[in-house]
Amino acid sequence: MEQQYIDFYKSYHQDIKSHSAILLNAFRDEAFAKFEKLGFPTAKLEDYKYTDMKEPLAVDYGLNINHLPIPVNPYKVFKCDVPGIRSYLYFVVNEAFYPVTLTSNQQFPEGVIIDSLMGAAEKYPELVEKYMGKLSREKNDGWIAFNETFAQDGFFMYIPKNVKLKKPVQLVNILHSNVDLMANTRNLIIIEEGAEAQLLVCDHTMDNVKFFSNRLTEIFVDKNAHYEHYHLENVHQQTTNVSTLLVNQQTSSKVLANIITLHNGITRNSIEVNIDGEFCETLLTGMVIGDKTQTVDNFTSIVHKKSNSQSNELFKYILDENSKGAFSGKIYVAPHAQKTFAYQSNRNILLSKNARMRSKPQLEIYADDVKCSHGATIGQLDELAKFYMQSRGISKAEARFLLMFAFTNDVIENIKIEALKGRMRLLIEKRLRGELAYCEGCMI
Amino acid sequence: MLEIRNLYANINGKEILKGVNLTVKAGEVHAIMGPNGGGKSTLALAIVGYPGVEVTKGEIIFDGKNLLEISPEDRSHEGIFLSFQNPVEIPGVSMVNFLRTALNEHRKYKNLEPLSATDFLRLMREKKELVEMDNKLTNRSVNEGFSGGEKKRNEIFQMAMLEPRLAILDETDSGLDIDALRIVANGVNKLKRPDNSIIVITHYQRLLDYIVPDYVHIFYDGRIVKTGDKTLAAELEKKGYDWIKKELEEKELQY
Repeated sequence: MEQQYIDFYKSYHQDIKSHSAILLNAFRDEAFAKFEKLGFPTAKLEDYKYTDMKEPLAVDYGLNINHLPIPVNPYKVFKCDVPGIRSYLYFVVNEAFYPVTLTSNQQFPEGVIIDSLMGAAEKYPELVEKYMGKLSREKNDGWIAFNETFAQDGFFMYIPKNVKLKKPVQLVNILHSNVDLMANTRNLIIIEEGAEAQLLVCDHTMDNVKFFSNRLTEIFVDKNAHYEHYHLENVHQQTTNVSTLLVNQQTSSKVLANIITLHNGITRNSIEVNIDGEFCETLLTGMVIGDKTQTVDNFTSIVHKKSNSQSNELFKYILDENSKGAFSGKIYVAPHAQKTFAYQSNRNILLSKNARMRSKPQLEIYADDVKCSHGATIGQLDELAKFYMQSRGISKAEARFLLMFAFTNDVIENIKIEALKGRMRLLIEKRLRGELAYCEGCMI
Repeated sequence: MLEIRNLYANINGKEILKGVNLTVKAGEVHAIMGPNGGGKSTLALAIVGYPGVEVTKGEIIFDGKNLLEISPEDRSHEGIFLSFQNPVEIPGVSMVNFLRTALNEHRKYKNLEPLSATDFLRLMREKKELVEMDNKLTNRSVNEGFSGGEKKRNEIFQMAMLEPRLAILDETDSGLDIDALRIVANGVNKLKRPDNSIIVITHYQRLLDYIVPDYVHIFYDGRIVKTGDKTLAAELEKKGYDWIKKELEEKELQY
């Protein structure tokens, strides 16, 4: 399976490089050598044992390494229809950042840079070089190596010291093609000391072909900085998404990541947070609604390197029909990371006999003065609560809906963008009622 | 209004109800008393259609309709209400959402338009006063974190919102202090109309001092063994249940 990509790289690495930036090419051959050695992660690896990617990888995808333009203007196709919110709006179409045409809403505070990663690497090489690859290169992961071999572009965001963005930034990833397509993208996000930003990432598919997306995002959150990362996946069933988030947190920083899968094909989200400072706060939450044969595998890893920080995880799944879910929660507390608080909770509802959920907490604690806990439950809807509602005249179907909706509530409550919260409630309601939950023009 | 004929029912295969007969006419208040484990709550749950209670024999007729063929939600729409002995907590479902959904489903059943948000809130405010329900509680999830007494008060509040024609109060008095008992009982009395009926299940005389029954039934070992007027409750309070048990044993000896 790897071989076709290995051969492809050997034949076309010059084309790949010529449509990327020097900085992005600098480690490409090294990454390729790593990929040749590692291959795609298989279910034999402990961290990948729940989700097999053989089937989606057997598809013969096209790769648009020459960046042939796609006849679409996303700014025209997508309109924001949520009242009361303005966001800085950007698009990545397939493997490339879409040039900004909407200048009216891109007036952000001085020093903020939002650009294509390729463009940023050429325009601000020192800044990009300082960060890019600092988290990814030390990893021995087939998906990361594959991404670093093939990714040519992506999204770049830089929030300088003490700048607080008042509006969220929104990045819409669109997969658009008339043939089966693979897109490798790479994002770099830098939040400097004391800065604050919110990013909403939305994934969408536009055509009825098979898509494979492999995205690598590195996020650096400096001292006292606050960063919120919302990821809403709402793609069609023939999509395979591999998304890796690598986060580094410095002293007294706060990070919130909320990963929501409303509709998908096969998804693997890896979220790895390296808490490299004291007094940090980390909140990872996520939610999955699955039916048909959807598969969602959320893998999280939180490394407490220093003392006095706290992390909290909450992931909830509702799985129906033949859908499959997996959650892995690794927590590592280093020997000197005293006074660490680490909590983890994974709650799941299975609505059918054929739905499957696998939950794996994995705590490694090497310090003695810490508070850590984890809990996982897999169950059905509360029959007693359902009957109580029926006895008040609420139909069985409506009672079921209310209970499922309630189940998702605490994940939604963790969304700090009010308009997005409202929008999410609406989308979840539609999804749970079995209606099409596609974002109208896709937006917060 | 309600006619229960020779009702037998099981829970988990164990026979709990063993031939219950009960007739409740419009406007009447019936009290059902009796020792624990006799099947009083099972009877209440059978009337509202709890799936854990399996009716094996007999009939429950409400306004000429065979209740056993009707879903629990439609029994509610027909005007039956149970104040649960142990009200269920539903985290994440707000009281407002819960009640508005319930009320509008009742209206839909009667071919009425849903209530507007303002009309609904006005109605809620009005009914809250009836049971002196705290705003704090109605802003929360259904019964979540409510004390025992608050849960019971919430049951009567829901009853006030839904205006049932037959209300069954299953030990609504338990867990209430004397003030709360008075508030709850006054609420029930204010909801009393000549065309609606109440069945009160209780262990104690004290609730019946407020909600005065027309009939008192003694429920023992799966059926009603004795029926009288309100003086029977007082007698029971004085003599205890042993007196009934003895009387029953003597009766059996005669056969």
